[in-house]
Amino acid sequence: MKSALPVVSVVAVIIALWYAGSVWLNSPWVYDQAARAGQQVSLPDVLVATMQQDRPVLPAPHQVIKGLYDGITGQAITSKRSLVYHAWVTLSGTMFGFVIGTLMGIALAVGIVHNKAMDLSVMPWAIASQMIPIIAIAPMLAVVMNSLGAQPIVTKAIISAYLSFFPVVVGMVKGLRSPDQMQLDLLRTYNAGQGTTFWALRLPASVPYLFTSLKVGIAAALVGAIVGELNQAAGIGARLLSGSYYGQTVQIWAALFMAATMAAVLVMAIGRLEGVTLRRMGMAR
Amino acid sequence: MSWLVFVLVFWLATWVLNARLALASGHRAVRLAVPLLFGITLLVVWEGVVRGLAVSPIILPPPSAVAVKFAASLPQLWGDFVQTFVRGALAGYVIGCGAAVLTAVAIDRSVFLQRGLLPVGNFVAALPIVGIAPIMVMWFGFDWQSKAAVVVVMVFFPVLVNTVAGLAASEAMQRDLMATYAASYRQSLVKLRLPAAMPFIFNGLKIAATLALIGAIVAEFFGSPTRGMGFRINAEIGQLGLDMIWATIAVAALAGSAFYGLVALIERWVTFWHPSQRN
Repeated sequence: MKSALPVVSVVAVIIALWYAGSVWLNSPWVYDQAARAGQQVSLPDVLVATMQQDRPVLPAPHQVIKGLYDGITGQAITSKRSLVYHAWVTLSGTMFGFVIGTLMGIALAVGIVHNKAMDLSVMPWAIASQMIPIIAIAPMLAVVMNSLGAQPIVTKAIISAYLSFFPVVVGMVKGLRSPDQMQLDLLRTYNAGQGTTFWALRLPASVPYLFTSLKVGIAAALVGAIVGELNQAAGIGARLLSGSYYGQTVQIWAALFMAATMAAVLVMAIGRLEGVTLRRMGMAR
Repeated sequence: MSWLVFVLVFWLATWVLNARLALASGHRAVRLAVPLLFGITLLVVWEGVVRGLAVSPIILPPPSAVAVKFAASLPQLWGDFVQTFVRGALAGYVIGCGAAVLTAVAIDRSVFLQRGLLPVGNFVAALPIVGIAPIMVMWFGFDWQSKAAVVVVMVFFPVLVNTVAGLAASEAMQRDLMATYAASYRQSLVKLRLPAAMPFIFNGLKIAATLALIGAIVAEFFGSPTRGMGFRINAEIGQLGLDMIWATIAVAALAGSAFYGLVALIERWVTFWHPSQRN
């Protein structure tokens, strides 16, 4: 708790800077309107006017919060104007892809640890594969998947899976190799085979590494789902793009905050799961 | 059909060869040959399956068609590369990483600021920052400045968090030694703590290197001049020019790998003393 005060004050400074920024960036429009109407505006009027524009260059924090609130509670959550609906669309794609990516990552890591040929041949390409900006080819993937007749959620899930699988592979390879020679030798004196060694030693030892990777992976999966939605009908990404087309800055910022909240909640949920699991396994530190 | 049989035979042959090579490993040549063989196999399987199953080129073009397109449109690809990578990604990378390191050094003396900024920085680093791309395009216009701005925000927090962690990495014993030498704050920063922070800083720089190109390309989806890799991908989708898209992807992958490799090379040169670099 000793970091509460510093964090609160840093956040307060950020919000203050934000208000200052919105006054600075929005005031030219106010002056412009006043000049066109042939009026003089006083400074207090400008301050007020910069806080309540319909399409501000930089919406003030309270406008974003109002946009967020309206988006969540303003209509039924099944409505296409509801942020909850769009968040759900994004979340379903994220989770779908995250689960696929995690399972694939674990399988690949098991193969890499047990097979030297796989270790030598797959690992460099797994690293190289991350150099392909998959996010950048999301639109192409969408067109191709569309022509194959796939659901929109599958497209998103592929991108999410691709982004979340890499951290899992790296973490799990490290984790499965984390038992030291002494422990491996002990299992050998028990005459344990590769299978038993895996289930009794390697897999439990890898759990802390797995959770660390999952936290990175789920944040990446969310980014993947959002970018995958850029040319789809619904989802946070679709809100971002339509907001950018129509100059609805408040809508963009509200969608952005929704995404940020989702990311925070997802990472925190995995952190919770990590805490519970490690405590049950007697590995909590 | 004959293509599919060929693919199967080729795949099995390279698999057996790779397994043999891996068992006899130890040489540097083997360490290079095995992944290379795997990569060639992937390309051959791709080509063979596309030809064997007669996959439409608007779904997946064979690598040979991509290579032909690549060779035929070099000037255009170069123009896109300069616009997106050199102007957008690289400018943003240098500004963002530089600002992050300077900020970390600036807040180094204040424990209060560190306690406050680090949780916020960690939080922001996990956010989907590409989402600010439409805002930046609105603020800075369609040209490369808005792309650079997105990249600045994307790379800032990973580098900041790593640099702050790195500045705390020198051991108490080493700092005490500097104190017995009557070293000033500045001297111990420049001579001890910044060098000790380098492995951490480069860790952040390497993460940022992969983020920079992605940020620049995605920002182009929200508006760009009529060149750039993101623009090219979006424009070619409209006319189903998948071979051009794959050629652009190849450029992106090559540029990204080369950039990452360059940063890793500089890291090896700067942190030659670190245990992870000595083998």
